[in-house]
Amino acid sequence: MEKLSGAEILIQFLKDEGVEYIFGYPGGAVLHIYDELYKQNYLKHILVRHEQGATHMADGYARVTGKPGVVLVTSGPGATNAVTGIATAHMDSIPMVVITGQVPTNAIGSDAFQEVDCVGITRPCVKHNFLVKDVTELAATMKKAFFVATSGRPGPVVVDIPKDVTRPDLRIPYQYPAKVSMRSYNPVTRGHAGQIRKALDLILSAKRPMFYTGGGVILDNASEALRELTRLLGYPITNTLMGLGAYPGTDKQFVGMLGMHGTYEANMAMHECDVLIAIGARFDDRVVGDVKKFCPEAKIVHIDIDPSSIAKTVKVHVPIVGPVGSVLRDMIAMLKEGDRRPDADALEAWWKRINEWRSMDCLKYEWSDDRIKPQYVVEKLYQVTGGDAYVTSDVGQHQMWAAQFYPFDKPRRWVNSGGLGTMGFGLPAALGVQFAHPDATVACVTGEGSIVMCIQELSTAKQYDLPVKIINLNNRYLGMVRQWQEFMYEKRESHSYLDSLPDFARLTESFGHVGMTIEKPSDVEGALKEAFALKDRLVFLDFITDPTENVFPMMMSGRGHNEMLLSELCKNRELA
Amino acid sequence: MRHIISLLLENEPGALCRVAGLFSARGYNIESLSVAPTEDPTVSRMTLVTSGSDAIIEQITKQLNKLVDVVRLLDLTEGSHVDREMMLIKLKAAGPQREEIKRLSDIFRGRVLDVTNTSYIIELTGAADKLDAFIEALDKTSILEVVRSGSLAVGRGEKSLRL
Ligand SMILES: Cc1cc2nc3c(=O)[nH]c(=O)nc-3n(C[C@H](O)[C@H](O)[C@H](O)COP(=O)(O)OP(=O)(O)OC[C@H]3O[C@@H](n4cnc5c(N)ncnc54)[C@H](O)[C@@H]3O)c2cc1C
Ligand SMILES: Cc1ncc(C[n+]2csc(CCOP(=O)(O)OP(=O)(O)O)c2C)c(N)n1
Ligand SMILES: [Mg+2]
Repeated sequence: MEKLSGAEILIQFLKDEGVEYIFGYPGGAVLHIYDELYKQNYLKHILVRHEQGATHMADGYARVTGKPGVVLVTSGPGATNAVTGIATAHMDSIPMVVITGQVPTNAIGSDAFQEVDCVGITRPCVKHNFLVKDVTELAATMKKAFFVATSGRPGPVVVDIPKDVTRPDLRIPYQYPAKVSMRSYNPVTRGHAGQIRKALDLILSAKRPMFYTGGGVILDNASEALRELTRLLGYPITNTLMGLGAYPGTDKQFVGMLGMHGTYEANMAMHECDVLIAIGARFDDRVVGDVKKFCPEAKIVHIDIDPSSIAKTVKVHVPIVGPVGSVLRDMIAMLKEGDRRPDADALEAWWKRINEWRSMDCLKYEWSDDRIKPQYVVEKLYQVTGGDAYVTSDVGQHQMWAAQFYPFDKPRRWVNSGGLGTMGFGLPAALGVQFAHPDATVACVTGEGSIVMCIQELSTAKQYDLPVKIINLNNRYLGMVRQWQEFMYEKRESHSYLDSLPDFARLTESFGHVGMTIEKPSDVEGALKEAFALKDRLVFLDFITDPTENVFPMMMSGRGHNEMLLSELCKNRELA
Repeated sequence: MRHIISLLLENEPGALCRVAGLFSARGYNIESLSVAPTEDPTVSRMTLVTSGSDAIIEQITKQLNKLVDVVRLLDLTEGSHVDREMMLIKLKAAGPQREEIKRLSDIFRGRVLDVTNTSYIIELTGAADKLDAFIEALDKTSILEVVRSGSLAVGRGEKSLRL
C-alpha cells in the first residue's frame, strides 16, 4: 500500500468523504496541509477574510444542502476567531467539521507561539471534539468527526491537529475508513411504536389541536411527511423561527410563526389549544415565554431525537424519542390503517376561532409616502424574487421582519442564527449558500449594525464572483436594542444609535461590487428589480428606512401567549 | 434529593473535563466525584454524587448520556445499592487527647495508620454520613487535615453496570 503523510491523508480523506468545499484561512500550524491543498484540484478551498467568516460560510452551506460544512483554520488566533461561528452552529444543531491546526505535540502545554487549548476552549460549544495525537489515528478520527457531526442531533465537531501529525516525512499506509462504529454513541433511528400509537390516540381525541414544529423537521428532511400528516388531519400549524419553510408559509393551514414576535393567531391558538403536537422543536424561551403560563389547557406530544430536549423546561405527556421523518411516517401509516378520524365539528369551530384571530391582521403596518417602511421592503423583495429566493439574515429587527414578511414555501430556504443570535452571520452565510447553489437567487436581509461585523467578506465575494444581493434595512439604530429600550427603559437610548456610518454604496463599490442607496418608498421596487436583474453582480442595496418602526406583535418576557403587545394599528381593533 | 450516578467513561484524555464542564456550565451541583480505571483499560468508572429536583436529575442523566465519551450510565439511587467512602484524617493528638481519640476511632471502626508524639492519621470507611458523624464527634481544634475519597457505590445483586 502507498504510504501517505498526515497532510496527504487529510486531503485524501476529505476527498473520499465526498467533501467539495473547504472554507479556510492559512497559518503556521496548517502549512503542511495547505501545501497539499496546493498540489491537488479536487477540493475547492475558499479563502475567506476572517475565520468567523469561514465558519458562517460553511454553516450557510450546510443549512441549505444538509451536508456538513468543512472549515480549516490555524492554531491560536485562527481557532479563537472561529469560536463564534462554532457556537452559532452548535446552538442551531448544524453539522460542521472544523479542522484547527495546533502546535506540535512536543510543544503542547509550553505556551508555545500561537498555542491555545483549542479542545478546552471549544468543549462547551461543540457536539464533540478531538485532539489527534498520532498520525495513525488521523483517518479514523476524521471519520468519527463526520459521523458524529451529521448523525442524530447534528452539530459542529472540532478536530485539533498538531503540526507534526501532518508533517511530510512521516508516512504511513492509508485506507479510507468506510465504516465507523462507536460503542458510546448510538443515535436513535426509530421511534417507539407504542408511544407513537399513544400519541396518535391523543392527537385524534383533540378538539383544539395545534402543530408546533421546528428546526428538527428541516434537519431531518422530513417536510414531506409533516405536510402529509398535517393535511390528512386538517389541523392548524405554526413554525418556530428555525422551522420556517418546513410547512409552506402560504398554505391556509399555516398560522404564521409563534413566540416573541409570532403572529396573534399562532400565539392565541397556542394559548387555547387542548393538544399540542411539538415536532423537532426545543421549547426555547423565545417561544415559551413564561413557563407557568404556557399552553395552560394542553396535553403535549413531543417528538425529538434528543432526549434532553424533551421535558427540559415544559412537562410533556407523550414523549417520542426518534427522528422526525421516520416517526411521522409510522404515525401516518397507523392513521391510514385505522378508521378513527379527527372530530370534524370540533375542528370547524376551532378554525372559526382561529380565523377570527387572523382577522386582526396583526402584521399590518402604517404606510408612509416619505419614509421607507422596512416591512414594505421585505414584501417587495418577496414579490421581485417570486418568493423563491434563498434568504439569509443577521440579527435584529430586520431578521424578524424577514421572518414575518417573506413566507417560505420550501425547507432550507431561510438561513438565520436563531439560537445564538450572531450579528455578522448573514453575509458570510449568504456566500456559503451561493457556493452550494451557484445559479440560485440569494438575498441577505441585514441591518447597518450587523453587516459591518463581517463586512470584510465582500472581498471574498469578489474573489469568487458571488452575486448575492444585500438588502440593508438601514435605520441608523441597533433597532432591536432601541425597541427594548423604548418599551422597557422609558426610551433611554443608551448606546443604540449608530453614528458615523459609512456610505455603504461607495464602500461596496470599493470592493468591486455595485452599490445603491434608496431613500424614497417609490424607488424601492424599481431598485430591487434593477438589482436582481444584475444576475452576475453582487449588489448592496442600502435602504434608508424609518428609524422609529418597531416589530409587532411582541410577547414581552414573563408574559403568556395571550398577552402580546400589539401595534397601534391593531390595539383598539375589534375582531371580525 | 441526593443521587448517586455511576458512569462508565471512555478512557480518553478530556473525558473527565467534559463531565465536570457539563456540571459547571449548566449550574448543577456536584457533591463528590471519584474516578479511576477499571479491569478494562479502555474505560474508567466514575461515581458522581449530586442533588436536585426530579426534573433536574432527569436533565442531568440525559445530558450525561448525551456526552459522546459516556458509554454507560446508571442512577444507583433508583435501586438498592452499597455506598462507601474512605477518609484519611490527620489529628493533633497529644497528652490526654490521645486516648480519647483512639477510643472514638475504635467506636467508628477506624484504623490508626500513623502515629507520632503529637499526631495520628486515622483511616475510616463507611457511608458519607458516618464519616460526617465522626468529624462531628471530634474536637474541631484537633483536626489538622481531612482527605475524603468521595462516595464509591455499586448496585446490589448480580445485575451490573458493565460493557
Ligand atoms: C432576535 C431574535 C428573536 C427571536 N424571536 C423568536 C420568535 O419570535 N419565535 C421563535 O420561534 N424563535 C425566535 N427566535 C429564535 C429562538 O431563539 C430559537 O432559536 C428558536 O425558537 C429555536 O427553534 P426550534 O425550537 O425549532 O429549535 P432548533 O434550535 O432548530 O432545534 C431543533 C430541535 O430539533 C431536534 N432535532 C434535530 N434533529 C432532529 C431529527 N433528525 N429528528 C428529530 N428531532 C431533531 C433537536 O434535538 C432540537 O430539539 C429569535 C431569535 C432571535 C435572535
Ligand atoms: C455579536 C452580537 N452582539 C450583540 C448582539 C445584541 N443585539 C441583538 S440585535 C442588535 C441590534 C442589531 O442592529 P442592526 O443590525 O442594525 O439591526 P436592526 O435591529 O436595526 O434591524 C444587537 C446589538 C448580538 N445579537 N450579536
Ligand atoms: Mg439597524
